[in-house]
Amino acid sequence: MSTAIRDLHDAPAEPAVNYLNASYGIKSWLLTLDHKRIGLLYLASITVMFVVGGVAATLMRMHLVEPQGALFEPETYNKMFSTHGIIMVFFFLVPSIPATLGNFLIPLMIGARDVAFPKLNLMSWYIFITGAALALYGTISGGVDTGWTFYPPYSSLYSETHVVAVALGIFIAGFSSILTGLNFIVTIHKMRAPGMTWFRLPLFIWALYATSLIFVLGTPVIAITVFLLGLERLLHVGIFDPAVGGDPLLFQHMFWFYSHPAVYIMILPGMGVISELVTAFSRKKIFGYSFVAFSSLSIAVISFIVWGHHMFVTGQAIYAGLVFSVLSFLVAIPSAVKVFNWTATLYRGSISYEAPMLYALGFIGLFTIGGLTGLFLASLATDVHLNGTYFIVAHFHYIMVGGAVMAYLGGIHFWWPKISGRMYPDMWARISAAIIFIGFNLTFFPQFMLGYLGMPRRYAVYPAEFQVLNVLSSAGASILGIGYVIPLVYLAWSMRYGPVAGPNPWNAKGLEWTIPSPPPTENFEEVPIVTEEAYNYPAIEAHHYPDAQGVARV
Amino acid sequence: MIGFLHTGFDILATVPFQPPAASSIAENVDMLYLVLSGITAFFTVLIFSIIFVFMVKYRRRKEDETPVSTHTPLIVELTWTIIPSLICAVLFVWSAALYVQNGRPPASSAEVFVIGKQWMWHLQHPEGPREINELHVPVGVPIKLTMTSQDVIHDFYIPAFRIKKDVLPGRFTSLWFQATETGTYHLFCAQYCGTNHSEMIGWVYVMTPTDYANWLAGGEKAESLAQLGERLFSQYGCDNCHVPEGNGRAPSLVGVYGKPEKLQSGETRVVDESLIQQAILTPNSVHLPNYQPVMPTYQGQIDSDQMLELIAYVKSLGSEERNLK
Amino acid sequence: MWIFLATEILFFGGMFTAYIVYRALHLSSFILGSHQLVVKFGAMNTAVLICSSLTMALAIRTAQTGGSKGVVIVWLLLTMALGAAFLGIKLRFEWYRDYMEGLIPGVAWLSGGTHTPGVKMFMCFYFFMTGLHALHMVVGLGILTVLVIMAARDRFSAEYYSPLEISGLYWHFVDIVWIFLFPLLYLIGGRYPGS
Repeated sequence: MSTAIRDLHDAPAEPAVNYLNASYGIKSWLLTLDHKRIGLLYLASITVMFVVGGVAATLMRMHLVEPQGALFEPETYNKMFSTHGIIMVFFFLVPSIPATLGNFLIPLMIGARDVAFPKLNLMSWYIFITGAALALYGTISGGVDTGWTFYPPYSSLYSETHVVAVALGIFIAGFSSILTGLNFIVTIHKMRAPGMTWFRLPLFIWALYATSLIFVLGTPVIAITVFLLGLERLLHVGIFDPAVGGDPLLFQHMFWFYSHPAVYIMILPGMGVISELVTAFSRKKIFGYSFVAFSSLSIAVISFIVWGHHMFVTGQAIYAGLVFSVLSFLVAIPSAVKVFNWTATLYRGSISYEAPMLYALGFIGLFTIGGLTGLFLASLATDVHLNGTYFIVAHFHYIMVGGAVMAYLGGIHFWWPKISGRMYPDMWARISAAIIFIGFNLTFFPQFMLGYLGMPRRYAVYPAEFQVLNVLSSAGASILGIGYVIPLVYLAWSMRYGPVAGPNPWNAKGLEWTIPSPPPTENFEEVPIVTEEAYNYPAIEAHHYPDAQGVARV
Repeated sequence: MIGFLHTGFDILATVPFQPPAASSIAENVDMLYLVLSGITAFFTVLIFSIIFVFMVKYRRRKEDETPVSTHTPLIVELTWTIIPSLICAVLFVWSAALYVQNGRPPASSAEVFVIGKQWMWHLQHPEGPREINELHVPVGVPIKLTMTSQDVIHDFYIPAFRIKKDVLPGRFTSLWFQATETGTYHLFCAQYCGTNHSEMIGWVYVMTPTDYANWLAGGEKAESLAQLGERLFSQYGCDNCHVPEGNGRAPSLVGVYGKPEKLQSGETRVVDESLIQQAILTPNSVHLPNYQPVMPTYQGQIDSDQMLELIAYVKSLGSEERNLK
Repeated sequence: MWIFLATEILFFGGMFTAYIVYRALHLSSFILGSHQLVVKFGAMNTAVLICSSLTMALAIRTAQTGGSKGVVIVWLLLTMALGAAFLGIKLRFEWYRDYMEGLIPGVAWLSGGTHTPGVKMFMCFYFFMTGLHALHMVVGLGILTVLVIMAARDRFSAEYYSPLEISGLYWHFVDIVWIFLFPLLYLIGGRYPGS
């Protein structure tokens, strides 16, 4: 099978001075204003958070092989799943692609030298670290046991864990998101190179733009919500306490008003990455550019009006249920459009199967399943049965892990040569992609079945009849875990021992591939002038010759 | 090795695909679930196969080959936007219809009261019997559950009946079902509520009408909820002001359940379980025009069980049909 | 700055929504709670803030038309003075009084009489919302201080006065939040016949 990687022996030597070695010392990294270095700072931090959240997940699955629980008392198990959720959602998934790949690539892709507000960018990272440190402190000093959703009155009046510390960590990290989103929006509006019109932008930029809109508009609401919860816990004022006239459901409305758009924060950037990967590895223009671009925007907009589908069984009015159900079906359509467009991009392409493409194809398949299972939950009558069960757990893991994490890994592998200047061993990368795909399905598919059978989520012990499926799931989790460890090893190895990659090892289109790998600090020596559309891969025009009957055929 | 696989398959074969379908709505829900699964499987297989075919057919054969360009006809984009939209519309209408239908308990439902608290279920039949973590019901009779929580949010879930509803502190939510098969079915709490959330489980026993009648009659002779409520009504002094004829200090409560009342604040509320509870706990928030706000609050003096008894008593006032056996 | 202000709208918006919801649920308590506030101080503060927005605009205008830095600084200092006056009136005449009367939930609360649980809920919202607003005012004062220093160092001219303009946007926003807070907290409590 021929590969996309040009023969690396012909690659020009690594540039002597690039952003990695332009200055040395820890201070030059901790006080950097270079968006590329900041992207790497984020990469290191969220990898640490991913490991913490992943360890919690591993322990959870090990515990669940026994119906009476194999490892922990319920109290500890409850802290495990809460920690896993909080860390993975707020400190891994939300920043993942935007803060690492976004920070690194947005200026490169639009032909700019940096983001609009470099100092704000660095401050965003410090804010993130502060929030993460606080959350880790809360975890280490005993953790929280409220679930990542913190529903009162349990979290406000009954839980005896470090809710305030962790909530404060989330509050602080939220500002990191807001400032990053603000930075991105201004950068994309104001700093595109001459000739880079909106409709020549790579779709990754469209996706991040839509994501930044959600960052900026949604995050303040979780900030207020968590702030009120903290005040409630500290001052016992009773906002969410029914005994004094408060309403616990108000918390749920406010919480989900952010947290639903938040899940689109987690997936939209992944979709942007997939658009890049699919085009690069089939050497073709994306099918339906404007449809994909506008679907990102419409997902962002509609995501703000579907939050009530998390509350169908709370006793809310039937009317409310109907409205949220129809809107939730509506939000599925743009995602479906994207999947069809990506698939059609492969048509008549010239496809190669390096690791990034394997991740992209895995994403398309798993996201399709995850997204379609969302229909079960948008549908009122089935949601009544499935809400609060493992079906929900399986659904969101298909999207978050089978979708977002695979896109993240695919993106890291695709742009790794640009980031580090080195190439990783592709065979190992393909093997781990396959291991991840297999392990993932084995872990989470049984959970759909568990959910329909009625096993509720967040259960530390469960009826014995659910054991077989739980054991299958835990077996899959161990495979998945191995699949995640391997890339850490070879990516680190490649930084020192991998072959030099050259500016464009994939022969891909895009401004980021026109500069050396690793790029110089100022990105472009001369500001590029853009004259062609995105993904302008050379293509043969299909000719239409009329045949003997005068009918034109391709 | 073969033996190992054999055992493996034997074990897998014991896993059912769905819980027992034991209520009047279960089969409808299962049908919808089946169709949704079919659609999911269809599109998954479709996408997977198309991708697989393309992966093989269009794999790169030479390093510098140039693909043929494809254009994006609008008709294709519209087709695959409109068809999924239509499918979603059909699913929505079907599901919403089921949901609305399942939302209204039949008028002839028998009632059971449920109190959820960390970490057990208190079930209260109006005739008197109380159960903990167990619910005995007759088959074929619609049952309406009126539920509240004593502390945090719980969720009452019977997978076999395909029903679920959150149970909230400070207010009442309701659920109804009609069991269609006798048997024993799981009852779970499905909203995380603290340390022993996973132990807040129980059983629902669906019995033939005769067995149920026997079960009701057996056990200690318990008074009905309304009878207990009548005693509390007197014990807490409610009957000093709320006399049946209405003496000017407080409105009569005869026949008041289910009627709309216009409050001092101007809004009109229907007298239901929530309003009665609110009147007992925060009387000034619902006092009527033409009456002085002199009713004392019973906050902290009446627990959830007593609250149910009082509510049952008020409901029984003035309605002969509601006389409880 | 516009984008940042959009986030602020959502931030305060969450609080406003919660307030409106609870007001609908507990109308009589919230009316009673609103009556505990003294309208004249709220009105004075409204006037103070509106004037401060005027002085801010005048500072920007002066810079825009190439006026002397001294005049710019005077307008900025006046804006700060008015902002400080707002905070002073709040602290001394409103919050201190609330403290003496036992109307601060969680800190100094005296139950009984008109201080019902519903009123406590109202006062929570009052303090959260005006407290958050006051915090933004303090930040604004800090920003103005920086602007004064920049003006003193001759950083502004008719060609370059963007920091003034952008900070002006922020200051006007904080003013507008108060314009919403004042009627919602103080005025709509049915204290005026016919409302």
